[in-house]
Amino acid sequence: MDSSWFKLAPEAASTMAGKIDALYFYLSGVTLFFSLLIFGVLIFFVIKYRRRSPYEIPRPVAGSHRLETLWTVIPFLIAMSMFVWGAQVYFEQARSPRDTSEIYVVGKQWMWKTQHTTGQREINELHVPVGRKIRLIMTSEDAIHSFYIPAFRIKADVLPGRYTYEWFEATKPGTYHLFCAEYCGMNHSRMIGSVVVMGPSEFDNWLSGNAGQLAPAVAGQQLFQSLGCVSCHGANGEGGRGPELAGLFGKQVLLNNGQTIRADEAYFRESVLNPQAKIVSGYGPIMPTFQGQISEDQLLQLMAFIKSIHIVNPQPSTASPSSAAPTSSNTSTATPVASPVRRASPAQR
Amino acid sequence: MESFEVPQPSKVNYLNAQYGLKSWLLTRDHKRIALLYLGSVTFFFFIGGIYAMLIRLELLTPQSDLLSATTYNKTFTQHGIIMIFFFLIPSIPATLGNFLVPMMIGAKDLAFPRINLLSWYIYIIAGIITIYALIAGGVDTGWTFYAPYSTTFSNSYVVLTGLGIFINGFSSILTGLNFIVTIHTMRAPGMTWFRMPLFLWSTYATALIMILGTPVIAITVLLLAFERLARIGIFDPAIGGDPVLFQHLFWFYSHPAVYIMILPGMGVISELIANFSRKNIFGYSFVAFSSLAIAVFGFLVWGHHMFVSGQSVFASMIFSVLSFAVAIPSAVKVFNWTATLYKGSISYDTPMLYALGFIGLFTIGGMTGLFLATIAVDVHVTDTYFVVAHFHYIMVGGTLLAYLGGLHYWWPKISGRMYPEGWGRFSALVVFVGFNLTFLPQFVAGYLGMPRRYATYPPEFQVFNVLSTAGASILGFGLLIPLIYLIWSMRYGKIAEPNPWHLPGLEWRTASPPPTENFLLTPIVTWEAYEFAPPEEMEVVGTVHRGRHARSDVDAPIGENT
Amino acid sequence: MAESIAAEHEVHHPALQHHFENMEQQREASTLGMWVFLVTEIMFFGGMFFSYTLYRWLYPEAFASASNHLSLPLGAINTGVLIFSSFTMALAVYSAQTGKQRAQVICLTLTLLLGLTFLGIKAAEYKEKYDTNLIPGHLIPSRPFNPDAVHLLPGARKENVEIFFWIYFAMTGMHAVHMIIGVGVLSVILFFATRGRYGPEYHNPVEISGLYWHFVDIIWIFLFPLLYLLGRHLMGHGG
Repeated sequence: MDSSWFKLAPEAASTMAGKIDALYFYLSGVTLFFSLLIFGVLIFFVIKYRRRSPYEIPRPVAGSHRLETLWTVIPFLIAMSMFVWGAQVYFEQARSPRDTSEIYVVGKQWMWKTQHTTGQREINELHVPVGRKIRLIMTSEDAIHSFYIPAFRIKADVLPGRYTYEWFEATKPGTYHLFCAEYCGMNHSRMIGSVVVMGPSEFDNWLSGNAGQLAPAVAGQQLFQSLGCVSCHGANGEGGRGPELAGLFGKQVLLNNGQTIRADEAYFRESVLNPQAKIVSGYGPIMPTFQGQISEDQLLQLMAFIKSIHIVNPQPSTASPSSAAPTSSNTSTATPVASPVRRASPAQR
Repeated sequence: MESFEVPQPSKVNYLNAQYGLKSWLLTRDHKRIALLYLGSVTFFFFIGGIYAMLIRLELLTPQSDLLSATTYNKTFTQHGIIMIFFFLIPSIPATLGNFLVPMMIGAKDLAFPRINLLSWYIYIIAGIITIYALIAGGVDTGWTFYAPYSTTFSNSYVVLTGLGIFINGFSSILTGLNFIVTIHTMRAPGMTWFRMPLFLWSTYATALIMILGTPVIAITVLLLAFERLARIGIFDPAIGGDPVLFQHLFWFYSHPAVYIMILPGMGVISELIANFSRKNIFGYSFVAFSSLAIAVFGFLVWGHHMFVSGQSVFASMIFSVLSFAVAIPSAVKVFNWTATLYKGSISYDTPMLYALGFIGLFTIGGMTGLFLATIAVDVHVTDTYFVVAHFHYIMVGGTLLAYLGGLHYWWPKISGRMYPEGWGRFSALVVFVGFNLTFLPQFVAGYLGMPRRYATYPPEFQVFNVLSTAGASILGFGLLIPLIYLIWSMRYGKIAEPNPWHLPGLEWRTASPPPTENFLLTPIVTWEAYEFAPPEEMEVVGTVHRGRHARSDVDAPIGENT
Repeated sequence: MAESIAAEHEVHHPALQHHFENMEQQREASTLGMWVFLVTEIMFFGGMFFSYTLYRWLYPEAFASASNHLSLPLGAINTGVLIFSSFTMALAVYSAQTGKQRAQVICLTLTLLLGLTFLGIKAAEYKEKYDTNLIPGHLIPSRPFNPDAVHLLPGARKENVEIFFWIYFAMTGMHAVHMIIGVGVLSVILFFATRGRYGPEYHNPVEISGLYWHFVDIIWIFLFPLLYLLGRHLMGHGG
């Protein structure tokens, strides 16, 4: 990293980085071309047509609609080429693929807290394995921050009161910068850290070396009980006075006003903090709010637990206690027993 | 036809018509008001420049050793606020615009002279409040004031500074209003829209943006202040407020604001290029309409500041494509300016050097804007030094260069004196070199990942920062020189003829400096905007024939090549 | 060398400002100036209308509940008062154009009184909000916002009621400030009208004051339904 004075781009350490660099070099090439063209023509004209006598008046040159059209249309087409190529790359970047593992990120003044679904918590660091698609679910506890990994070419603001997302797949082992990229006060420039990309076996070692912390889904299950959710939603989310929660994420939910929405992280969060906002069809407005009683970390843990609940059999009343099975959408593992599993089972939505 | 003779300097002009502080502070003369602005704008530029110097000195080393983190945060915030609101936005419109708009259309003053003076007082009051806030302890939110940091977490003088900005907005609005009404209703007989110099088209487009956009920042700052004072929760998620709403409201003005900052500069460049190559601007009507197009499109692209803010993919796509569209009119201008030089008669006077510098640097700055319009790339470079470099190329390489070029060009008209040409060219060169050395490395640092607003940074970025600070020192030196010689020239400069560059514009058809009422008789315009002719055919209005009412004698066609 | 311009002029109207060529130009400029100013006012209020739109879309029930709490009779009376004042203002302009001095003074006075009436009723409404702790946030430190006074419709969340009220105060407050300025302007116009300053040859100040007054009226005409009439149809149904 110390020979970077002639480097034009950071390490390309993710699957998207190369594509963005390619786009960047195209843009740079076009910029260089037109800059040199304009500079060159300017210098050429300024020398060739310099004033030779004090009061000379050159003959006026008629305008040219053809030239105007040419140099409006051509730049427009070039601009559109940039837009189209950029849009393609952006779509890939903005839509996380289906088979991602999740990692939770909470930003606060002035540190990053990350948590793996296997329980490992880190401060200002993020260990990830090569070759795994990872989706970050992020929020802030206070001001707006921004989670920026230059080597992956990704950045997304983290907001209080909302979840934002970004995804990546690391390709090269190494240690890379993590920066906060939205000014957030005094120690904004110290809200930095490292993303450590490891080979698969190294990562396993790291996981087992750092085990012993409760997996978020397990912590979430404890919360589910301690906060009293079981009284309406059932011990395993099978439902009762409240709707069934098993398999919730990704499901279409019919509300009592006839609307149908897709249950995602934002819906889950709103349901806990402002349950009256959306009532599921067939149920009454009896859920109390947990605003002020639950922190961002705890919300994420609850969410991890709900995501881990799998429908064992269709009758809610016969749900077995061990209905929390290893497979679920988008998590690498969510068993109450914190056993590190390397790869996510094929996802089911 | 009288033979051309070099007239003596006017004994009575707007500068010496009346003496005394009261005659200046209560003036209604747009030219004196322009000078009041010139002094204040220079003062604020100086303050903003000091903050810039502090920033660059601090960034020489990776550690936060010169300034504490909080002090650094206040420094870059205040650099931005002073430069944007108290220098860039008023600079060309309130100094050159105020001075020239009535003259270029052949009027005696703007439509509302007292409102013009009020504009200046509002600006001064706003400046005093803001400076007081800075001295009292400063503000550390960044000039963008993002909620919830600015509403809930910052312990600095947010409300007071916001008040200063709020009040300053009215100065902008009233100036814009004045220009629009003046250009519509007070053009001299024969001065049709398409005979107007392009500086007026740009000024008109700028005024449109001023009146449509500034009220929105006013209400945004007001809401911010209420949120902070009364803890109402407009942008507070805890009671259902949305912090991103602040960004939408803020950028809805602040993006068009950047066009307020560059459009007048483009207008000046049109004047410089045409007049210093003695040719009509190639594609006059295209350049004129492109100013209007920029003003309109400029209101449609604010979301490109928010690509990573959590806004939807759909919205981002629309803002991206519109941001590409807004670049096209600017490109059209650059090509037309370049084409104007073809077969021209180009002089290397200082104003022309600044104009050429503008075209080159604006091209680079504008094209790097395309990188930012490309969402995939923007995700990587937003909030890094890439953006800082981009906007400084436009604001300094563009607006500041245009301002200096215009100031030098019209200096004889404003002061009745010539500036020293040798020093002019020298400092133009120093500014150009210093500027590029300051900001070119920042593009590289930005793509390498150096975030902006960082008091301390990882050591691998140091080399770029050292280059940048070296450049900034050269730039600062280059900017001090004109300050000195322009002031010097007001007393010791060579006395200027009424039309020292021998140009057809209406502002040159009267004495330098002009009399208070600008023209002794109302001109009747029968020539096109950039119709060049030998000096003897470009008479000073009113000095040749006297005692004739209403009709002047400049209604004979100029030259035979009409 | 420079001849005095004044010597060349014919006798002109005493109200002609010297940077204008003639009264016609002056009238055109000041009228256009007022229109441009009103455009800036639209943009100013526009930011608040946008916020209103956003938050109403997000929290329709909270907005309807809070809207029901506002006094419909007072709001309606105020609307009538303001519309009528626009009528008297238009009459004042007409009187000035046709040289009827007494009618001018009467109509301007009526307009002023109606404007003051509007402000008085507004003050009464604000007082009621003050008494029931509905002033948002901690603007009144001794009376922090408390939505208890508002009956909540089903689906409405207490917390979101506060958002309605800050929009209510921001918009009607801004509107009231503009009314006060309008009252000030009209007082000046009235003063000059009593001196017979306005007649068929010169009545532009009355016209452009009228423009301003009508604009303030139009803003209220938008505010009234948006703020007062939201959930009225729900009131009788357990709302």
